[in-house]
Amino acid sequence: MIRKSWWKILSFLLLFYTCTYGFYVKVPKLDDRMKESIRNFFFHVPMWFTMMILLLVSVIYAIRYLRNPSPKNDAYSVAFAATGVVYGVLGLITGAIWANYQWGSPWSGDPKQNGAAIALLIYLAYFVLRGSMNEEDKRGRIGAVYNIFAFFMLFPTLWILPRLTESLHPGGEGSDGNPGINGKDMDIQMRTVFYPAVLGWTLLGVWISTLKIRYQLLIEKKLSL
Amino acid sequence: MSKYFRFSLIIIASLFSLAAKAQTESSTDLMRSNGKIFVVMAVVVLILVGLFIYLFSIDKKITRLEKDIHQ
Repeated sequence: MIRKSWWKILSFLLLFYTCTYGFYVKVPKLDDRMKESIRNFFFHVPMWFTMMILLLVSVIYAIRYLRNPSPKNDAYSVAFAATGVVYGVLGLITGAIWANYQWGSPWSGDPKQNGAAIALLIYLAYFVLRGSMNEEDKRGRIGAVYNIFAFFMLFPTLWILPRLTESLHPGGEGSDGNPGINGKDMDIQMRTVFYPAVLGWTLLGVWISTLKIRYQLLIEKKLSL
Repeated sequence: MSKYFRFSLIIIASLFSLAAKAQTESSTDLMRSNGKIFVVMAVVVLILVGLFIYLFSIDKKITRLEKDIHQ
């Protein structure tokens, strides 16, 4: 599966569609608050969706590693976490650029901005923790346990706390439902770009992760020869 | 490798021809409409194409290494 190329081409086609039709599609005007910058929705928000999906895959492989400690499960868990963090950093930076022109400053201490930063710092500590151990079994085991902790810290930092207080982001206190999943706030035209974008970025993230995994497994094989 | 090289040359050449065409046409052409947003689109698409060509070439190199090691 990871060596097949159809889903890599699909990822390219979906992202090509996003990067062309995303500039062309008619977006709602509202009262001219967002203007064309609402198109960032096709690029900034999928970063976070993809990060969550990749980190979910990472924690699944962490649990699999604890049940069956093979180097393969460990390599999967690390690679997906690393790609997920890259997406998260891109999400933070794209968000800061957007916020600078929408909210007046790149960092307004919005609960979601703070939560996302904390979540990423927790994941960065995962790599520090792994880097501090030379013994493979120990590194894998402690890393996997920490990975589970880090994943469950996403719940309060990204999904619960920012929604309990007033927020500049959609979905803060006083709004209905989940702004990420419940699409009733989203224009139907925008949805035709947004969901393909999420799928395209996710496939790209999976691809980059599998390249890392294959590279890591090659190194391990070479060392054991 | 040469296949990728040729493919990227074709892409670059077609982009140049598009740009040349845009320059000769009047100011009502596509690239200059809607506040020149399509210029941004062209830049983003080129980055995307370049990124994917790079990823495909890395993928191919790793596949070759895997074949070498399995033999």
